[in-house]
Amino acid sequence: MDFSFSDDQQELRSAVAKVLSDWCTPADLHARYVALDADTGRAKGRWEAIADLGVCGLLVNEDAGGLGLSDVDLIGIAEEAGQVILPEPLSTTAGVVFPIAASTAAGAPVVAAALEQGLSATFGGVAFGPKRHSVSTTLDGAMATTPRVANGSADLFLLVADVGGELQVHLTGRDGVSVVATPSLDLTRDLATIHWTPSAETLIASGEAATALVEELLQRAALYSAAELIGLCDAMLTLTASYVSERKQFGVPVGSFQAVKHHLAGARVRLEFSRPALYRAAYSLATNASTAAHDVSMAKSMASDAADEAARVSLQCHGAIGYTFEYDLHLAMKRAWALSADFGDARSHRTRVFDLVSAARA
Amino acid sequence: MDLTFTPDQEVFRQEARTWLEANVPQPGVLRSLDTKEGFEDHRVFERTLFEGRWSVVSWPEAFGGRDVGIMEWLIFEEEYYRAGGPRRVSQNGIFLLAPTMFEFGTEWQLDRYMAKMASGEEIWCQGWSEPDAGSDLAGIRSKATKVDGGWILNGQKTWCSRGAFAHRCFGIFRSDPEADRHRGLTYYLIDMAAEGVTVRPIGQLDGETGFAEVFFDDVFVPDEDVLGGIGEGWKVAMATAGSERGISLRSPARYTEAAGKLMDLLASTPAGDLGGYDPRAAIADDVVKAYIDAEAYKLHTYMTATKVRAGHKVGAEASATKIFWSEADVNIHRAALRLLGEGADLYEAQERGGLDLSEWLDGYLFALSGPIYAGTNEIQRNVVAERMLGLPRG
Repeated sequence: MDFSFSDDQQELRSAVAKVLSDWCTPADLHARYVALDADTGRAKGRWEAIADLGVCGLLVNEDAGGLGLSDVDLIGIAEEAGQVILPEPLSTTAGVVFPIAASTAAGAPVVAAALEQGLSATFGGVAFGPKRHSVSTTLDGAMATTPRVANGSADLFLLVADVGGELQVHLTGRDGVSVVATPSLDLTRDLATIHWTPSAETLIASGEAATALVEELLQRAALYSAAELIGLCDAMLTLTASYVSERKQFGVPVGSFQAVKHHLAGARVRLEFSRPALYRAAYSLATNASTAAHDVSMAKSMASDAADEAARVSLQCHGAIGYTFEYDLHLAMKRAWALSADFGDARSHRTRVFDLVSAARA
Repeated sequence: MDLTFTPDQEVFRQEARTWLEANVPQPGVLRSLDTKEGFEDHRVFERTLFEGRWSVVSWPEAFGGRDVGIMEWLIFEEEYYRAGGPRRVSQNGIFLLAPTMFEFGTEWQLDRYMAKMASGEEIWCQGWSEPDAGSDLAGIRSKATKVDGGWILNGQKTWCSRGAFAHRCFGIFRSDPEADRHRGLTYYLIDMAAEGVTVRPIGQLDGETGFAEVFFDDVFVPDEDVLGGIGEGWKVAMATAGSERGISLRSPARYTEAAGKLMDLLASTPAGDLGGYDPRAAIADDVVKAYIDAEAYKLHTYMTATKVRAGHKVGAEASATKIFWSEADVNIHRAALRLLGEGADLYEAQERGGLDLSEWLDGYLFALSGPIYAGTNEIQRNVVAERMLGLPRG
């Protein structure tokens, strides 16, 4: 039993964190709120800087152009992406789409080329429900489907569809889809609706193989969104702790009042106990543990609740300034709201935990 | 990161499991440890544990332990709760005082006290709180006055768990009334049979005397029973408090075991028949939350144990831990009582799906003390806010 990260893992995380915080400041995020497409060059430069680190191929085997590392190496990096409220799909590309696509014969060369070119990726067409996954359905292969994705400006799209009753996983570039912006409350998520038609050229898995990939896709999506939520939670509490230590009322910092302390301490305790659950889930995915589904659902439900609570108390402890558009808190808060509901909210994952535990104990 | 146990640890687990299955008494055989007879029943069981060398596995062999590491201790605890082992009558000594003794005790003190603590021959109680010093521990007023060869104690302690029947007491007294409130304290190891000690048992929620008031009227304590330096009582006490709130008092196994049973209870509860509103479903989410919290506490403990093994001291995180386990315990038991619904307050034995339902009620009463003792959770939240988040002191 060694529940810790190695020096190498910690160094890699710090190195990526440094690049992320240099390239993704609150000012950058505010700029995107004002005009998502008014690219000042920062967004393009930011993704290039991330791609140059090589982290997108972290989970991809070396013979497919990746680094051949594991989820335990990547999980802390995804936390850092949450910490800076990164608008780009770093954890989605590295933790979800690339490892899944690279595990198929048809997808592997596409991933290898994408790594070479520094491309980003996103996914859609599947949702996590309380009892089962819902999938975009087409009556037959000719009919287009319209899933929603985050990071609509990504280069590659991993899309799931039910084509005439058969589950299929497709991988396509931008030329295979039409992207229509579908703004959400968190504008920096770049939410979009994808119009596309499944075809033989984009198919990477079908039938049983697709079912297994979709299960893995949902676990990966839940795990890496949980990691970002933990980062967001930490960022919100740090920002709020700093604010209440400065802001004075009645001649003293408001953070010296117990009512304020207890709000923040409660959220800090939630964060403290959500982290080990996150790391165990990453370890279980990395080692193909039979408990991976349970461990991931537990981690996502805890992270969703922790971030939701942190958002709630952070706003309250800030007072009116936290309610403004110009202050930084809403950047993190809106991302936290979105991710806590995405890929299964806390309660859907608890339903899954109950089903898995009951089956195991019966 | 490696979240598996070594082959040696698995052998250790198996050995513990086999021994415990053969030696842990059936539920209900030992009478309540908060009664005079039950206290003795539990001491007999402690003796059995000690003879099997399972009472204090992480201690040096010289005092009856196996000199194993913190992970093995956690494994033992998992097996202990899995086997349905009874509450430890010696817990104040072996879990709270012992880590402090190993850090501050003299060789004479270790030789004199540790083996008897491990065997249950001497049961220890804690003499910290006073009528006017609870969460504000540094406000204690009971006095120690220097005399030839020792100290004379006067004053009153209260809420001393096991105090009604204990043989010895570890307490903090004000040895220098002139020094500031954190510096004038000294830590003593006291004989409860000494002349001038008067014990008045206090009935707890269940009516039994799990704790007591203890009065000190010119009680003599020899110099060799000062633990740590004179005037160092606060520092020594805080080392104990770290253990109490940290990982040595409440091993996660207690919660994961109860939470597993809680999941079984939910599975065995018939669905309601109230049209569209199923009360079982309304409670189910609380049940799974409680289960997840117990799991999370276990994982957090493994992580803390990894850090401790690497030489890291448990600091303010101990306060976060204390809040988390004490609330998880309440939530687990409260969810069970809600599932049981009408009749949850009955003492008579009920059974469903192989579960003894009356345990939930006892467990709930016990759990309710958790957010209060070892420093209330309100005080712990102040510590978390100030030391983990850096908020200003009030």
